Amino acid sequence: MSAEAKAPARARANRSGEGFRELGLLVFIAILCIAFQLRNHSFLTLANIKDLLDNTAILGILAVGMMLVLITGGIDLSIGATIALAGMTSALTGMAIPRINPLLSILEGMAVGLVIGSVIGILVARFKVLPIIASLGLMNIVRGVTYIESKGAWVSAYQMSDDFKSLSTGTTLGVNNLVLIALVIFALFWYFVNHTKTGRRIYAIGSNPDAADVSGIPRRKLLWLVYATMGVLAGLAGVLWVSKFASAQGDTALGYELNVIAACVLGGVSISGGSGKVSGLVLGTILLGMLNNALPLIDVSPFWQQFIQGIVILAAVLTNVAVKRNNQRLALRKRAI
Amino acid sequence: MPETILALEHITKTFPGVRALDDVGFELRKGEIHALMGENGAGKSTLIKVITGVYQPDSGRILLDGRSVSIRGPLDSQRLGIAAIYQHVTCYPDLSVAENIFIGHEKVDPLTRRIHWKELHAQAAELLGSLDADFDSKAIMGNLSVAQQQIVEIAKALSTRARIIIMDEPTAPLTKRESEDLYRIAEGLRDKGVSIVFISHRLEDMYRLASRVTVFRDSRYVGTWPVDAISRDQLIVAMVGRSITQLFPKRKVAIGEEVLKVEGLSRTGYFKDVSFSVRKGEILAITGLVGAGRTEVCEAIYGITRADSGRVLLAGEELRAAHPSEALERGLGYLPEDRLKQGLVLEWAIAANVTLPSLERFSRFGWMNRRREELKAKELAERLEVKANSVHDLVATLSGGNQQKVIVAKLLTGNMKVIILDEPTKGVDVGAKAAIFEIMNELAQAGYGIVMVSSEMPEVLGMSDRIVVMREGRVSATLDTADATQEKILSAAMATATTVATAATAAKERP
Amino acid sequence: MSERSISVDRPRSLRRFFFQWEWLLVLIFIAVNLINSSLSRYYLNLRSLVGSTNSFLDMAFLVLPMTFVIILGNIDISVASTVALSAVVMAVSFNAGLPMPLAAILCLVVGTACGLLNGLIMIKFKELSAVIVTLATMIIYRGIAYVILEDQASGHFPKWYSFLAWGSIGPVPLILIVFAACAIAFGLLLHKTSFGRKVFAMGNNLTAARYSGIRTDSVIVAVSALTGLMAGFTSLFLSSRMGSTRPNVALGYELSVIAMVVLGGVSTAGGSGRIGGPILAVFIIGYLNYGLGLVNTTANVLLIIIGSLLILSVLVLNVRFGGHRRPAPPGARVIAPGKAPDEKA
Repeated sequence: MSAEAKAPARARANRSGEGFRELGLLVFIAILCIAFQLRNHSFLTLANIKDLLDNTAILGILAVGMMLVLITGGIDLSIGATIALAGMTSALTGMAIPRINPLLSILEGMAVGLVIGSVIGILVARFKVLPIIASLGLMNIVRGVTYIESKGAWVSAYQMSDDFKSLSTGTTLGVNNLVLIALVIFALFWYFVNHTKTGRRIYAIGSNPDAADVSGIPRRKLLWLVYATMGVLAGLAGVLWVSKFASAQGDTALGYELNVIAACVLGGVSISGGSGKVSGLVLGTILLGMLNNALPLIDVSPFWQQFIQGIVILAAVLTNVAVKRNNQRLALRKRAI
Repeated sequence: MPETILALEHITKTFPGVRALDDVGFELRKGEIHALMGENGAGKSTLIKVITGVYQPDSGRILLDGRSVSIRGPLDSQRLGIAAIYQHVTCYPDLSVAENIFIGHEKVDPLTRRIHWKELHAQAAELLGSLDADFDSKAIMGNLSVAQQQIVEIAKALSTRARIIIMDEPTAPLTKRESEDLYRIAEGLRDKGVSIVFISHRLEDMYRLASRVTVFRDSRYVGTWPVDAISRDQLIVAMVGRSITQLFPKRKVAIGEEVLKVEGLSRTGYFKDVSFSVRKGEILAITGLVGAGRTEVCEAIYGITRADSGRVLLAGEELRAAHPSEALERGLGYLPEDRLKQGLVLEWAIAANVTLPSLERFSRFGWMNRRREELKAKELAERLEVKANSVHDLVATLSGGNQQKVIVAKLLTGNMKVIILDEPTKGVDVGAKAAIFEIMNELAQAGYGIVMVSSEMPEVLGMSDRIVVMREGRVSATLDTADATQEKILSAAMATATTVATAATAAKERP
Repeated sequence: MSERSISVDRPRSLRRFFFQWEWLLVLIFIAVNLINSSLSRYYLNLRSLVGSTNSFLDMAFLVLPMTFVIILGNIDISVASTVALSAVVMAVSFNAGLPMPLAAILCLVVGTACGLLNGLIMIKFKELSAVIVTLATMIIYRGIAYVILEDQASGHFPKWYSFLAWGSIGPVPLILIVFAACAIAFGLLLHKTSFGRKVFAMGNNLTAARYSGIRTDSVIVAVSALTGLMAGFTSLFLSSRMGSTRPNVALGYELSVIAMVVLGGVSTAGGSGRIGGPILAVFIIGYLNYGLGLVNTTANVLLIIIGSLLILSVLVLNVRFGGHRRPAPPGARVIAPGKAPDEKA
């Protein structure tokens, strides 16, 4: 096979590999929908779908941020704690200033998230601390701060203003606020990673960090930006979370970061960095949201959920590896040696 | 009157403990291809780093178009129209070709920061077209071959409107056919007015492309000549300071029975049907251009990778090494191609490195015997004449040649029958090269079977008893060194009808 | 070429001896004790100091193999889940009729199996980093514990079982004796055996270790299995101390264990470290916890302190001993332009 024909075929194979994966996800989601519906007819009801979308919205907002982090080859385990602290802080502020504009609450939460994310960003980018260590450490520090701030008490529904609670439960233009916010964020980030210089450079630093330094890409600044963005999104999610569930506790969103990572991995984001698409991410988020929503409906005990989540993550990453190996094997065979 | 586009005068660059450039000069004319030659460590790469702004010279000046400039970093040099292409392509494997070309200077709408994809791809396609590339701008970089990636590198250089392009050993990873393509591209660029500095160890590259050649030796400037005014021997004398015959102390050794036999070894995508044999006391050279599969064959024999079919017989018994430890146990050692990444633990001392492959010999039931380690390391280091003060010196402080000797010492801690050396003199200075050849001779005399993988024609012809030539994954010729010539080897390394003709023409055109 | 004699003398310098990380830890240890004794006059009581070790030494069993893991250049965040799973299996099987000694052995077996599985996945799928593998198993192992025991507790162990955590031989608590024995064993393994040498080699340069004939897969599996076994030990002592177990025990242990190893001077880049540091760190953090407990500080403050200690230690190690060497994912081309691997300037 001549050299001329080889490369485009390879490129085509790779591109169709991506499309294949997303098609597979779509098909899988469809099959699951049918299976769940058969098992429990209340799955595909308007009320349930609304509930599903609401939960998935928060997951989606976080997944976008995590995708950026994963693309750079990092990880962030602290977002559950950030959600808790941001939510708790805005709830407490809401208690202290009952007439506060809920938009200010959101900004407050995002500010808290920004601080946490920035700290991680500086540790990773400037001080070369491993992302797993930085986020593990901060996760516990932030969680500890949350407990202390709340003095061990909860902030419950009757202590929150109606405006605050309707942040997540209300609708704008007929669409749920949560879903609307998630859609806006998805759209924003889709544009960002596909059409802006900074977005593409983030892929670059994940693809080849050393080359990025020499190409004149401000790697450290971008790395910081990625974690700071994750923090801001987690802060936003925190306020929305607390508003949706009308309660702020010390253990809010405990372990939720694992859900987010699962959604990303399902959506085809590479754990080793360099690749990931928003379209895949949306599908992965929906799939995971569906699982979380449907399992209780089909009488799967909640105590099985963690196990299933773990298996899902493991299966997804192993599948990614298997697919990559297969691609490599095919490419080798084409070498005609 | 040929115009000078770039001139370096009285450049000196010193690092702690070593003077990398000692009052050197260099002059590049507009529209010429200028070869820069010299041994490893002669200072060529440092000069390039000065030109591209990676290093700043301690003294001297740089003149571009007659005006003095200061190049403070790679971005500066890029802005001045200087670009470099290296042997090892740096790229973003997950991004597309177009993005790789334009990363760092993407076409962006100033207001919305939006990337103009259409323009980007159109420009990339244009550049690729001018280089006769056989792939499109949307291809993912990681899927391209090395040669194709190099074309992308050149496209990258062109995209920055480079007027000066430096090519540092660009043909090293290419097959002969791909090298031909690169020559054409270089000549095309020259015809368009680009000035090229071409560094290569291959004399044929130089004769084919360059109009002038500059030689560096031991961090000093030796001279500049028109390519057709200097003979091959004169060039070599300029580069090494002594004539070629002194370099290869090959001695006559009694050759014994067969100790290694490789039959029909194949690994999909890397090599096919490779067969050769080595006898005791014999030095077998495996040569061919980079990419021919020589290292892959060795790694399969040694157990780093697994061959799909074929077999290996060591001293008559089959060796199916699933892991290097098996090969070492049976008596087959391997000196890896990448000394720093594969051969040594740089943060460790000589003694610890030397004993690593055979820890059981220096421990009892697992308990390490430090004294025995130190003594053995001392014995081997002295025997190989490693220049170090103590066996506890860190290998990172040793020169390339001495590091290579430590790796050889590693292999001598066990009972070897066959030793495979992969590019043993790569990156080693001339003095140490001779020492390594001496060591090879001693080993041969001691009855080891030696396999030497090398790309250097002189060393292949000078040190071996027999030669195996590989081309694109297969053995294309097996020769007795006594009957071999550079032309025969070259033609076997690239033999197809067209390339045989090219080799013949090239041979004719050489002085 | 002249004949040169090469010496076998090891470079020794008094200055270097005193500039070691472990001295800093000793200072910190003394500082912690001073602070604690100023916070509460009940602190400086030898008997209670020695006796209090059982509250933190259960975790310490994990610090020993985790040192190996981090020197290898890996990490294992699934250890807490392994502790939970092995404890749950032990409790449930005991309450289902299995004799206690057998149940205890089963605990160790389960722990080792969990570790083995980690190791096997890592060697069969080298494209995956240790982070993602142990992240997945962290979720799975604890998930299994929840499936088995849901949100119940299980225990009612025989009376003698509490001797493990609460008993002493003479004035010395049993757990301290067992830990000391393990610490010595691990220390010798790391610093005096060929196995330990292999671990350091792999942490420094995995490729060169492989090319030098070291069976890297075996080492990784062995270290993983050892980690699982030690998690089983932690399980035994933890269950003994608490008298019962639930699926959510040992929550957050991985943070403390990793913090202790890193505080002990073991760099996350791999390839360096000494066993003494983490052992000192165990006592530093252990006594810090104990002292704070005496003045009724909540667990949350301790979370903050340990998290901060973890980050601070890594920061100081990075700044002092050079930045973290970023390990290249398999297959990555991480050569910077112009730098051929063998290049001399």
